[in-house]
Order: sequence, then C-alpha cells, then structure tokens
Amino acid sequence: MKTLGAIAVIITGALLLYASEDFPSWGDPHSPANQYRVSSHYVQNSFGETSVPNMVTAILADYRGYDTLFETVVIFTAGIAIIAILRGPIDKRVRLRLASERKMRETNLILAQTSRILVPVIQLFALYVIAHGHHSPGGGFQGGVIFGASLILLALSFQLQTALDRVSEKKAVTLAAIGILIYAGIGFVCLLAGGNFLDYSALQVLMPVGAIEARSHGILGVEIGVAFTVAAIMFAIYANLSSHGRMKGGL
Amino acid sequence: MIWQFDLIILGLLIVAAVLSLRSTDLLSATMIFGVYSFLMCLLWAEMAAVDVAFTEAAVGAGASTMFLVSTVYNTTRKSSD
Repeated sequence: MKTLGAIAVIITGALLLYASEDFPSWGDPHSPANQYRVSSHYVQNSFGETSVPNMVTAILADYRGYDTLFETVVIFTAGIAIIAILRGPIDKRVRLRLASERKMRETNLILAQTSRILVPVIQLFALYVIAHGHHSPGGGFQGGVIFGASLILLALSFQLQTALDRVSEKKAVTLAAIGILIYAGIGFVCLLAGGNFLDYSALQVLMPVGAIEARSHGILGVEIGVAFTVAAIMFAIYANLSSHGRMKGGL
Repeated sequence: MIWQFDLIILGLLIVAAVLSLRSTDLLSATMIFGVYSFLMCLLWAEMAAVDVAFTEAAVGAGASTMFLVSTVYNTTRKSSD
C-alpha cells in the first residue's frame, strides 16, 4: 500500500512539473492574466479611483469587498464551530487527565516581565498595521492576527485566566460578531446613502470629503471590522484549544 | 528575483516538508511545520508579494503553529504511523 501511494505521488508530481512548463514565466507582462483588461484597469486606475496607494488593500476591501465580507464570516464560523465542538461532552479519559493536571502552573518571572513590556508594543504595532494598511503591506487580517497573538502571548506567559480576565470568551465572541456587524453595517449605510451595497463612494453625503476620499475612508472602516473579528476569533480559538473548551488551566 | 536565493529557500522548503511528514514526534513535526511556513513567507516576500508574505508570517508561522502546539499538548505527542 505504501509503495502504491509513493508511485501515485511520484507520477502526480511528475505530471505537475510537466504541466508547469506551460505556465507563463514569472512576471511576464504578456501572460493572459496580465493582458486581460481587468488587471490593467486596477494597475492604472486603482489609485485614481480610491486614493489608496496600496493596490492590494484597494482590491481586497473595495473592488472585491463582497468577497472579503464573507471571508470574514468564514473565520467567524470557524471559530464558532471550534467552540461548539470542544464544548461537547468530554471523553472520560481526558477528564481524568485534566483533573490530575489541574494544579496551577507557576508563572516564570523572566517570561512574565518580558511579555509585560512586549505585549503593549505588539498591540500598538497591530493597530498601526490595521490603520496603515492603505499605504503599506498589512490591513485588517494581518493586524487582527497580530493583536490576537498578543493576547495569546499573555495567556502563555502568565495563566490563561490572566488573559481571560481582560477579554473573556463571551466578550471575544461578541467582539467578533461586532466586527462583522461593522463590515456589513457600512455596506448597508452605503445602501441607505443611495449607492450599491459596499459602494463606499456613496458615503460622501455623510462625510465632508469627495467621492474618492470617501472610498478610502470606507476601506478603513471595513478593515477595522475585519480586525475586530479576526483578533477576537484567534484568541477564542486558542483559549478553547488549550483548555479543552473548559477555560481553565491552559498550556 | 534572485535565483540563488530562491534555490536555497526551495531546497530548505522541501527538506522541511519531508521532515515534518516523517517525524513521529508530533511536537517537533509542528515546529518544523512552523519553519516551513516561515520559509514560505520568505519565498512570497522574495517574489514581491509582500501582503501575502505578511499574512503567511502572522497566520502560518505565528497563530496556526500556536494552535497546533496547543492541540498536540491536549491530545497525544506520539504519532502511531
């Protein structure tokens, strides 16, 4: 069986390598993807239409905003599913092991003091990544993950309870839902202002800026929504995975 | 794109992938998987896809490694195959 699998893997790999010969070379301006009018439209007009220098952010949150909205919903659903699975009835063997290991872990002084200094810096950097996604690599997803990671670091270097005191699981799930509400809410405000769903240029009636600047501000708004959801769900997943869904002990 | 740099990363990437699959200690497999993610991030950055590289560094090398470690800690450390 093992040799059969190896043969299948080798044949598939050889076929893939053979097929990759037909790919256009890296960065080829004459490849079909680069010649089609959509990508040249983005390259030439995305800054003029949205006033966002980082083209990736403009496409992700504006041109394909509907796509990103449901990507955020996918992350939310994944977090809810993990919580739902781990909260179920627990295996008897696991319960016995959890009971025997329930003694409090000691907090390491060096780890604790280092993360005490480090966590605010990481969180500030996460906020910078979210807010500066227009001009540099980054945005809601990356900044949200970094913010969630700072809470995970807090739980790792102190106790899980230390982090849960700041953001309880209930609060985390609520924040995640609020993130999606912000995103979809901005879309609905666009509808109310007379545009299409997630057409941020319609927001100009609510802001003292023009249509192009309004798109830039709309992108910032949805990025903040994405960051809320991602940060809260990352921490909720860690808290559940590390404690078997019991919110006690942790790693 | 510097092809010498690419070649080194690609070679290490394959080594990391094979080691991570072959290791019977799940914790070390997880750690090598984190290395794999970080090499992947270097490769994205090298191909000028900085946003993707950033996401890979944050999600792949950071958060998902942490999730796998906490899962290994709560299940079993030795793989049966």
